Amino acid sequence: MTAKYSLLAAATAFAIATVAAPVLADSGPTDAQIAHIAYTAGVLDVAAAKQALAKSHNKAVREFASTMLRDHEAVNGKALALVKKLGVTPEDNVTSAALSKQAAETHDRLDKLSGAAFDQAYVKNEVAYHQAVNGALKGTLIPSADNGELKSLLETGLTLFSEHQHHAEALAAKL
Amino acid sequence: MTLRALVIALVVLSMPLPPASAAPRTHQVVIDKMKFGAVPASLRVGDRILWVNKDMFRHTATAKDKSFDVDLQPGASGMSVVRKAGAISVICRYHPGMRAMLKVKP
Repeated sequence: MTAKYSLLAAATAFAIATVAAPVLADSGPTDAQIAHIAYTAGVLDVAAAKQALAKSHNKAVREFASTMLRDHEAVNGKALALVKKLGVTPEDNVTSAALSKQAAETHDRLDKLSGAAFDQAYVKNEVAYHQAVNGALKGTLIPSADNGELKSLLETGLTLFSEHQHHAEALAAKL
Repeated sequence: MTLRALVIALVVLSMPLPPASAAPRTHQVVIDKMKFGAVPASLRVGDRILWVNKDMFRHTATAKDKSFDVDLQPGASGMSVVRKAGAISVICRYHPGMRAMLKVKP
């Protein structure tokens, strides 16, 4: 693990864990907040994938980005259908805001890169991002979810994103 | 139809069928929750596998030896045929962590 990589992981973990603390202080995030955080995390990874598809010429990186785009859109489609069914309105919160802010910074930083430098930075960030989101799902979001269907969808998300994390790690080792 | 052809056709039709165990069979493998389900215990050359994607994600059933590659939208099914004996390693091209191993008898 490079210093840069661990810094990225730490920064994203910080955004999710530490900034989430005020929200979580009482009885953990509400289902409306959890839905918003999970949905936002998906939207941000879709945006990162679109950036990669616009910039990368590496076949393996483009295939990975296409999978991220497709899978995260699939989960978010299910999430939207679920909140509609449950009559829950996803509620913006400091964790979602921190994730969005950090993703915007990453987007701007990656936008200045090209070629192999972009590919490496994108995939490294994908490793760190999925690691942090999976940590939040395991540690906070899944245990805090009250609704069984929401919990089940988050668990599906965790299975999927864990595979994405391993995929990104294997890809990072080849770049 | 000539008499000769008729005789041949009758001979062919009256031949005993091969034993049931040797006839090609169709097996089903379910893909769900980012995993390949149980694979058939006894596969023979010529057997078909119906891959059923019950997951909410698009997957593939792709033989590493390139003997088949089935692309499966969520909810879709697709057929492949095992054409040679031995072990066939199967992955999903989109999710390389998803693996299955087929063991095919002659």
